[in-house]
Amino acid sequence: MGLDLPLLMAIVIAFGVMMYVVMDGFDLGIGLLSPFVKNREDRDTMVNTVAPVWDGNETWLVLGGAGLLAGFPMAYAVILSALYLPLVAMLAGLIWRGVAFEFRFKADLSHRPFWDKAFAWGSYIATFFQGVALGAFINGFAVKDGAYAGGLFDWLTPFSLFTGFGLLVAYALLGTTWLVMKTEGALQQRMRDLSRVVTIALFLVIIAVSIWTPLMHADIATRWFSWPNILFLAPVPVLVAATTGLILRALKRDTHVSPFLLALAILALGYLGLAISLWPNIIPPAISIWEAASPSQSLSFTLIGALCIIPFILGYTAWSYYVFRGKVKAGEGYH
Amino acid sequence: MFSLTALQLARIQFGFTISFHIVFPAITIGLASYLSVLEGMWLKTKDTAYRDLYTFWSKIFAVNFAMGVVSGLVMAYEFGTNWSFFSSFAGGITGPLLAYEVLTAFFLEAGFLGVMLFGWNKVGPELHYFATIMVAIGTLISATWILASNSWMQTPQGFEIINGRAVPVDWLKVIFNPSFPYRLVHMTIAAYISTALFVGAAGAWHLLRGNGTRPIKLMLSMAMWMLLAAAPLQMLVGDAHGLNTLQYQPAKIAAMEGHWRNQPGKGVPLILFGLPDMAAETTRYAVEIPHLSSLILTHSYNGQFRGLSEFKAQDRPNAAIVFWTFRVMVGLGVLIVLLAAWSLWLRWRGKLFSARNFLRLATIMGPSGLIAVLAGWYTTEIGRQPWVVYGVMRTDHAVSNHSALALSATLVVFIVMYTAVFGTGISYMLKLVAKGPDEPETASHPGQSQRPARPLSAAPDDIDPAVG
Ligand code: HDD
Ligand code: HEM
Ligand code: HEM
Repeated sequence: MGLDLPLLMAIVIAFGVMMYVVMDGFDLGIGLLSPFVKNREDRDTMVNTVAPVWDGNETWLVLGGAGLLAGFPMAYAVILSALYLPLVAMLAGLIWRGVAFEFRFKADLSHRPFWDKAFAWGSYIATFFQGVALGAFINGFAVKDGAYAGGLFDWLTPFSLFTGFGLLVAYALLGTTWLVMKTEGALQQRMRDLSRVVTIALFLVIIAVSIWTPLMHADIATRWFSWPNILFLAPVPVLVAATTGLILRALKRDTHVSPFLLALAILALGYLGLAISLWPNIIPPAISIWEAASPSQSLSFTLIGALCIIPFILGYTAWSYYVFRGKVKAGEGYH
Repeated sequence: MFSLTALQLARIQFGFTISFHIVFPAITIGLASYLSVLEGMWLKTKDTAYRDLYTFWSKIFAVNFAMGVVSGLVMAYEFGTNWSFFSSFAGGITGPLLAYEVLTAFFLEAGFLGVMLFGWNKVGPELHYFATIMVAIGTLISATWILASNSWMQTPQGFEIINGRAVPVDWLKVIFNPSFPYRLVHMTIAAYISTALFVGAAGAWHLLRGNGTRPIKLMLSMAMWMLLAAAPLQMLVGDAHGLNTLQYQPAKIAAMEGHWRNQPGKGVPLILFGLPDMAAETTRYAVEIPHLSSLILTHSYNGQFRGLSEFKAQDRPNAAIVFWTFRVMVGLGVLIVLLAAWSLWLRWRGKLFSARNFLRLATIMGPSGLIAVLAGWYTTEIGRQPWVVYGVMRTDHAVSNHSALALSATLVVFIVMYTAVFGTGISYMLKLVAKGPDEPETASHPGQSQRPARPLSAAPDDIDPAVG
């Protein structure tokens, strides 16, 4: 056929994960921010801004899991069993938060604080362990005969804890800038102020990860700093710095949409940087997408479905965002 | 924990999480179709009782759906975390099937759910009806793919083993494997039966408490018609399913029947009750009906089929469990048919809404469909042992290399969390049921004046979940 099926499949999965990060990122971000907003009515408004679209967001995570199983079963097996504990923690966080999201509106006054806390804690746990998983993924896994050969706690390193913290900052930025776009008045002003702090924090996190990763992994260092790669790759950090500057500037003015779009751009750049560092491995440090790929019969069958159906999915998703467009006011429902 | 091996713990963990999961989709599948019927009837007849029922059940649907989603999320990861050798062996087959489920079903449900629950004032009635139907279709597509995957593990075909992993060579054979049609039909009917029992119990409970409004009577009546059609059909389908299992998984059937060895020239009796003893290779205290198993399974008076002793000891499923789970399912199946028949008789006598003993039984049997579903799945899955992919890969080769300690710790986390979270959710659903449909004159437009806009938020605000 001549088509590089594993490559196409990797692109589809990377796209699904990116969609997940962006979409569940800002709604997890809202959970992360909720403890910083004292007024209950404002917290309700925050939750209302994502309420109508939250449902589909998590489905991208399921697509990521299913796509990995379909396209790279060995990677699915190795990575998921290596990350057993952080993933169980992440799932636990997502369950609490998913349910609390709803119960916090229904509970008696006396029980509301419990569900408010569950909502915040669930978001923190889910995000933090996603970040830990990401750090462990960058660090790589011990593999022998196509199976995970490391220990139960191999994922636990200072670096992975740091990426866990880093993802909290990243999702918080998506959350604050989303709220700048979707709210008004005092709440919006509060989010503008928070956005500024979080933007700077995220910039520092990105710098730290960019220094730490090549220090730990010689091959990643070679990829970035050898000639002529450095020439082609230099725009990535430059763009990150520029985008950070643009966000800070946009926050000073009366802008609504651009901080969020710029935050998405920063995340996309970070994602691109990561892809450059790890390419073409799907189980870092040494197993490439071609080695881990499933049989071509599996790949072609899945890809046909994915490429035909994903456009429709993007269609409904865009439509539901369109239906619920515009600012959300305090106490306002969608009816 | 209690000196269980890592393999046993991994199986318990999987069985526990999926047992919770299956309960929610079973109700989702049934209610989504029921809601489509209600809305269709309302559009056609303009009878507001249908609309009131739609509003009422869509709130319960919303709570149930959310729990199905979060419990399903765990399942999608558990194959990799707990069964990594199975995943790398068979991922090329089960992975694409799961990916198609996400693409064709989960996104479809998520996409139209918002409109279905909250779009009454945003879109016209036809578009809204369309959304409800799309959600219902989504649930059925979902069941189709996951059951194709499960059935392939039961009766695998259409693949070759190359370099130690299963490579699909014919997707049509993979999907339409021999047990798939039976399982799909049996499970779909099971979902409808379980939902009808749940809806019927809600109606009966309200009638017993003297709340006999038209919507209440209507829901009891609709549920009983559904049972009358589906329960006998389920028996026929179950019988066909058993014949299929006899052909492809004879050891499972032997275990389900508690049948150890054939007597030369004699038919096989049906053992109604007894205690299969794996070590002694016999079924103790057996209460038997002569020749009945021969009649059911071979359709001849003296027909024989292989007994469990004819299989190597390490290839036998645990008859003591499977024998009983199977009887629980079939016993409940018979009881459900009787309930449906009773309802028909009372209906004919004009007493359907007043015969208190009948209403009591209908109330008690509310959860019986779900219990039968679980019992059926235990039969299917435990009867497949010791294989994870029947005849191809053994379960002890499928499990990840986690320590018993790690698995015990996570198992405790799952048990505590599921009990708290889903316990709250279920109590919440039951409170909604107890509240009953709004009185016709006060019923607002469906979905109106409630908060936005995620599934559970379709539930009204004044009900407090029990836990927390
Ligand atoms: C698509 C796949 C699939 C589906 C739809 C189901 N199962 Fe399953 N089940 C498995 C795939 C699987 C598995 C991954 O293949 C396991 C793990 C180990 C094994 O033997 O099979 C398993 C094991 C397993 C066990 C442990 C078996 C034993 O101890 O011998 C139980 C109790 C259940 N399942 C129960 C269920 C229930 C209640 C289901 C209802 C929905 C169900 N399974 C559907
Ligand atoms: C016979 C067995 C099963 C049936 C009939 C079934 C059916 C369904 C249905 C109808 C839904 C959507 C509605 C709801 O959430 O209530 C659902 C959700 C889900 N199921 Fe299952 N399922 C089964 C077993 C499994 C298994 C074994 C897995 C794991 C691979 C799984 C993974 C999921 C996931 C991830 C979701 C959430 C989807 C979302 O985000 O919308 N299910 N299932
Ligand atoms: C009374 C007549 C019934 C008979 C003869 C029957 C027969 C069977 C058989 C033979 C199996 C095992 C299939 C296998 O080996 O893989 C099975 C599984 C199952 N049964 Fe039944 N059944 C009956 C009633 C019911 C009822 C009333 C329900 C639920 C409401 C139900 C739900 C299930 C489910 C969920 C499974 C597992 C999934 C499957 O394999 O299809 N059954 N049944």
